[in-house]
Amino acid sequence: MRHIISLLMENETGALSRVAGLFSARGYNIESLTVAPTEDTTMSRMTIVTHGSDEVIEQINKQLNKLVDVIAVMDLSDGEHIERELMLLKVRAEGDAREEFKRITDIFRGRIIDVSGTSYTIELTGSGSKLDNFLKAIDHDLIIETVRTGASGIGCGERILKL
Amino acid sequence: MQLTGAEITIKCLQEEGVEYVFGYPGGAVLFIYDALFQQDKVKHVLVRHEQAAVHAADGYSRSTDKVGVALVTSGPGLTNAVTGIATAYMDSIPMVVISGQVPTSYIGEDAFQEVDAVGITRPCVKHNFLVKDVKDLAITLKKAFYLAKSGRPGPVLVDIPKDVSNQKTEFNYPETVSIRSYSPVTQGDAEHIKQAAQLLLNAKRPMVYAGGGVILSDAAQPLYDLVKLLGFPVTNTLMGLGGHPATDKQNLGMLGMHGTYEANLAMQDCDVLLAVGARFDDRVIGNVGHFNSVPRKIIHIDIDPASISKRVKVDVPIVGDVKHVLVDLLKVLHAIKQKPDAVALQAWWKQIDTWRSRKSLTYKNSDEVIKPQFVIEKLYEITRGEAFVTSDVGQHQMWAAQYYKFDKPRQWINSGGLGTMGFGLPAAMGVQLAHPNATVACVTGEGSIQMNIQELSTCKQYNIPVKIIALNNRYLGMVRQWQEFFHGNRYSHSYMDALPDFVKLAQAYGHVGILVEKPSDVEGALKEAFARKDELVFLDFRTDSTENVYPMVPGGKGLSEVILAEDL
Repeated sequence: MRHIISLLMENETGALSRVAGLFSARGYNIESLTVAPTEDTTMSRMTIVTHGSDEVIEQINKQLNKLVDVIAVMDLSDGEHIERELMLLKVRAEGDAREEFKRITDIFRGRIIDVSGTSYTIELTGSGSKLDNFLKAIDHDLIIETVRTGASGIGCGERILKL
Repeated sequence: MQLTGAEITIKCLQEEGVEYVFGYPGGAVLFIYDALFQQDKVKHVLVRHEQAAVHAADGYSRSTDKVGVALVTSGPGLTNAVTGIATAYMDSIPMVVISGQVPTSYIGEDAFQEVDAVGITRPCVKHNFLVKDVKDLAITLKKAFYLAKSGRPGPVLVDIPKDVSNQKTEFNYPETVSIRSYSPVTQGDAEHIKQAAQLLLNAKRPMVYAGGGVILSDAAQPLYDLVKLLGFPVTNTLMGLGGHPATDKQNLGMLGMHGTYEANLAMQDCDVLLAVGARFDDRVIGNVGHFNSVPRKIIHIDIDPASISKRVKVDVPIVGDVKHVLVDLLKVLHAIKQKPDAVALQAWWKQIDTWRSRKSLTYKNSDEVIKPQFVIEKLYEITRGEAFVTSDVGQHQMWAAQYYKFDKPRQWINSGGLGTMGFGLPAAMGVQLAHPNATVACVTGEGSIQMNIQELSTCKQYNIPVKIIALNNRYLGMVRQWQEFFHGNRYSHSYMDALPDFVKLAQAYGHVGILVEKPSDVEGALKEAFARKDELVFLDFRTDSTENVYPMVPGGKGLSEVILAEDL
């Protein structure tokens, strides 16, 4: 099953490689991993999307907790949570396609953030499946490049991951 | 007071009460060696290879419960140390390894003797640090010792660039340290301890399975009290030998791949299993599916939550220091008025005695050729079971584990998790230095001993009178055994040709060597060796080259799918 795991860790060199190394050494899968410092810059917050049986996910949580640099771990998929991913996408936009891209971007509540004579760059935020659906809805041949951040997640309401 | 990084490093070791540092100098640690030279509180032992430095620190730690310390230079010094670090990591041994690093301004430039020490050791340390600023050095070393010893122990590496060891700063050694992201649990959950007590009291076929965690947390006494209070059978893992006296009747002996018939079958057939500081590894329970095919309730006490329900699903998990939890469990058991089910227990012991009557450790002795088991039995007799015994890895390790009856914790020192050949001799050095008046025997083979034989030179330099019990069968015996059982007797590169004359070799290093070829000479040779209290004696026993270790649960098989010696 797909799990989205959030963790707080020391913002120190090597902390990321400890997490990444743990996943590769123990054969766990990483679908995506995002990390950046928090409002307290001594800490980083990471979101990992992974797949595994309940036993594997339990081990992942325990092994992450065991890392000395890891402050707290929360499996967001254990309860209500919100996840968002940002995609930037450059498409060939000429002739009729220009209007069509504008229309579909509006439907998906995205924004066109850069325009050239032949291309648009579109910004789209949402769940991973929303981004997938957007890609399905457009003509694949017109995609020049895409870049996705991977999911970031946060618990709903009182589900808080803090020091 | 302003001190250099090197002086701070040595001061920190003094503050931690470090008695011995095992190491090898080199360019990146010259300042540290200079500071070491100018004091006499911390003694340094110059090994002949960095792997041995780490194993010696490891043996020192295993036999004392103190943190072992090793000091190596950058590059090859560090890479040579990695096998030792991984060995300590797999067996959860508290250790601090200090490595030199190229100057900070050179890092990343492929400088002479540069390796990414933190990167290379990351998967085999509890934690590691690169100290980039001398102001962080003292606190980092404090953290290193704290991390090594607390929670589930393990090796911690501190990598110190050469310029950092030469820069000056104010020295303050903190009394204590706290790490916000690290807070190991010690006390077990009271509710789970109550559940465990009730399960144990209701058990019909109970079993206590005790591992290395009992040794590491000094929990042998409460474990003994528990086993005696309940009258339950107990088994020790390879790492747990000595955690419960081997000579106690309730001890069924070691379990696992080469465990006794009764220990393995009781483990398989029990209805309530109390696992204490053990981790259900593949060499202990064999095939997980086969093990799980028998329904049983499992209580698991361990300091490391990640060890619980890793390979085997557990019913009552108790995270905490084994000693604390056992003491609490005893209190609860005393408070409950109920006694264990005496009738069921009697039937269970009857069953166990039937298994025991197979005498699975019986071997056929010989007047012609020395049987390795016989050597260990004589070793046990002559040392009155009181020696510290270190071992290397292979058949001799299993025979030592099976035939030397360890009654006390920390007496048996071996590389259980990583299975590192070359561990025995340097580990014995660490043990002997920690216990100058104790009898220390290193049980080894002609294969393993050659992996760190250069340490005979270290033993000479520091007058370390360990006794080397080499079971020399001219084969990499355990490999040969597997090839006999599972590879159609094709002994691919498992023989040892062109062996050195170990007697002359021992003499060349300035020690005593004795060749023993006849069974009738075994006892006399051992007596002579142990009578030479102040000398290292290398005993080269020419043993039966075809002997196998029995019982054996083949890899991937279940505990009851055991191969016994032919005539059993």
